[in-house]
Amino acid sequence: MSEIVLEQVTKRFGPVKAVDSVSFRAEQGKFVVLLGPSGCGKSTLLRLIAGLEDVSEGRILIDGADVTRLSPEKRRVSMVFQSYALFPHLSTAENIVFGLKVRRTPEEERRKRLEHVAEVVGLAAYLDRKPQELSGGQRQRVALARAIIAENRICLMDEPLSNLDAQLRHGMRVEIRGLQQRLGMTVVYVTHDQVEAMSMADRVVLVREGRIEQEGSPEELYAKPATMFAARFIGTPGMNLVALADGPGGAVVRGSADTLFARGGNGLTLGVRPEHVGLVEAGGIRGTVTSSEYHGADTILTVKVGEETFLVRAPGQLAHPPGSAVRLGWKPGMAHLFDTASGRRVPDGVL
Amino acid sequence: MKNVYGWLLLTPAAILLVGFTHYPAVATLIDSFFTTGTVVRPSKFAGLANYASLADDPIFWQVLRNNLYFAAATIPTSIAIAMLMAIWVNDRLPARALVRMSYFTPTILPMVAVANLWLFFYTPQIGLLDKVGAMFGAASHNWLGDPSTVMACMAVMTVWKEAGFFMIFYLAALQSLPPELEEAAKVEGASRWYYFRRVTFPLLMPTTLFVLVNATINSFKLVDHLFILTKGGPDNASNLLLYYIYQVAFSFFDTAYASTLTVVLLALLAGMAIIQFQLIEKRVHYR
Repeated sequence: MSEIVLEQVTKRFGPVKAVDSVSFRAEQGKFVVLLGPSGCGKSTLLRLIAGLEDVSEGRILIDGADVTRLSPEKRRVSMVFQSYALFPHLSTAENIVFGLKVRRTPEEERRKRLEHVAEVVGLAAYLDRKPQELSGGQRQRVALARAIIAENRICLMDEPLSNLDAQLRHGMRVEIRGLQQRLGMTVVYVTHDQVEAMSMADRVVLVREGRIEQEGSPEELYAKPATMFAARFIGTPGMNLVALADGPGGAVVRGSADTLFARGGNGLTLGVRPEHVGLVEAGGIRGTVTSSEYHGADTILTVKVGEETFLVRAPGQLAHPPGSAVRLGWKPGMAHLFDTASGRRVPDGVL
Repeated sequence: MKNVYGWLLLTPAAILLVGFTHYPAVATLIDSFFTTGTVVRPSKFAGLANYASLADDPIFWQVLRNNLYFAAATIPTSIAIAMLMAIWVNDRLPARALVRMSYFTPTILPMVAVANLWLFFYTPQIGLLDKVGAMFGAASHNWLGDPSTVMACMAVMTVWKEAGFFMIFYLAALQSLPPELEEAAKVEGASRWYYFRRVTFPLLMPTTLFVLVNATINSFKLVDHLFILTKGGPDNASNLLLYYIYQVAFSFFDTAYASTLTVVLLALLAGMAIIQFQLIEKRVHYR
C-alpha cells in the first residue's frame, strides 16, 4: 500500500489561498500529474504532501494514516526538485547515498544499493564526479537516483524536466515513466507542460487558481474537457473556442451565416480541436485563410469565420495563401459545447 | 608618445602606490641591514647584526608569544561566533533586521572607541565587571593591571568587535545557498545539526578561508586598543608585535631595529597566509 489521499486541503499564505480545499486520491502504483499554469498552486500542493509546508485546513493521508502534522522524514516520501537540489560539494555517489547515511544504513548495504541504483539510472561511470562536472541530464539522473535509492513507495517530483532541452526531455519522460512502472512507485508529478502530463500520467489533476479544474485520465481530459479552461489548456495548440450566436436557421458562429445546428446559439461557446477541423469541398462553414504556419509534419492554418478565428491543423504542406476561401468541417462527435458565462461543459445531447 | 594619456591617467595612483607602499616596504627591508643613524654617527651597513640582537631580545620573544596567544584566542572564537550569529539571523525570526544590525554595530565603531567603552567594564572597583562581581560578593580585581588576566580581557573585547564583521560574510554566503538543499536534506530526514555538519559548513569553507586570513592579519594589525587600555603593560604582558614596533620606532627612535621587527612581522604574516591557502585550499569547494 502506498496511497495518498487529500481531503479538503487548504493552504493560506496570509490572505491568499494558494490551495483551496483540494481533494484527490493518488492510488498505489499510479502516476498522477498535477497540471496547471505557473502560479496555480500545484507546487504548493506537492510541498504540502511532502511536509515542507504546513496545511492550513484539511487532512493528508498516506496509506490511510493521517500525516497532516508529520515532519517530512516521517512521511517516508522521496522528492525530486526542479533545481535538482544536489549538494555541490559532494560527488555523485555521496549525493545519492546522502539519505542512507542520514539513516545510518550499514556501509555494505549502502554500497550494494548504490551500485544497483547507479546501474538503473545509468550513472555507474560518473559516481566520482561533482554535480558541476555533469550535464543537465546527468544531474537529473542523480536527483532521480537519490529519490529511488531510499526505496520509498512514494515519489514526489516538482517539474523535474523543466531545466532540460526538448530532446533530452523526451528521453527522460520515457525513462521516468518506465522506472515508475518497473519499481511500482506511486508518483505525484508537478508540471505546467501538458505534453508531459498527457504522455506520462495515469491520471491528470488539472489545477487552476488553487482549485481542481478537472480530474481524470489523459484521454478523458482530451476528449471531454469539463470546462473551457481545460479545453484551452490541453492540446497544442489548444481547442478552438468560438462564440456562437442566434442565426436565422439556428446557431451560427458569431458573424457568420452558416447554420451549425437547429437551436439558439446565444450564450454558448463551441469548441473543436484544431486537429479535428478539416477542409471540406462542400457544406461545412465558410471562412477565409488569414495565415498559414508550416510545422513540417503539418500546417496550422488560421481561418477567419465571421468574427471568430479557427486554427486548423492539416497534415502536410498546404497551398492556401492568405485570403483564399475555404470550408471547414468536422465529424459530429468532435465538437463540444460550453456555457460561455460559467465556462462549463454543456451535456453532449444538445449537439 | 602614443600612450601619453594612458600614463597620465596612471600617474596619480602610481605615485601614491609607490610613495606610500612600495618605497617604504623596500626602504624598511634595506634599513633593517643598517644601524640607526644619528647626527654624530651616520648609519652604516650592519649585515645581520639587527637580526642577531632581535634573537637575543627577550621582549621580542615575549611580544611574539603574546601575539600568538592573542591570535589563538581571538581567531577561532570570533569565527565560530560569527558563523553561529549568521545562521541565527539567517532564519526567519521576529525583528530580524534589528538583530542583524545589533550584531553588526560593534564593527562600525572605531577600535579606540571600543577600547574606551571596555575600559569602563574593566576598571577596578567602579567598572561594570567589578560592580557586578561585588553584587555576588567577589573581591575587586584589577583586570587590566594583572599580567595573568590582561590578555584574556583584550581577547574578549576583540572578539566582541570582530565577530559582527565576519558575520556579514557568512550571512552573504548563507543567503547564496539555495533553500532547496535544506528541503532535500529535510525530506531525507537529516537533522539541523547533520545538515550543518555535512552541507552548510563545507559550503561555507570559501568564506571561512577568507575570514580566517582576515582574522589572522587583524590579530597582528589591531593594536589601537593598547594606546587606550594598557600601553602594552603591565611589564609587556599585553604588548603586541605592532605596538612594540611603534614603541621602538617612535619612543626609542631605534628605526633600524624597528625596521628589522617590521620585516619579521611581514614575513610571519606572509608565511601564515601561504600556509592557510595551501592547507585549506585543497579542502575548500568553490562553486
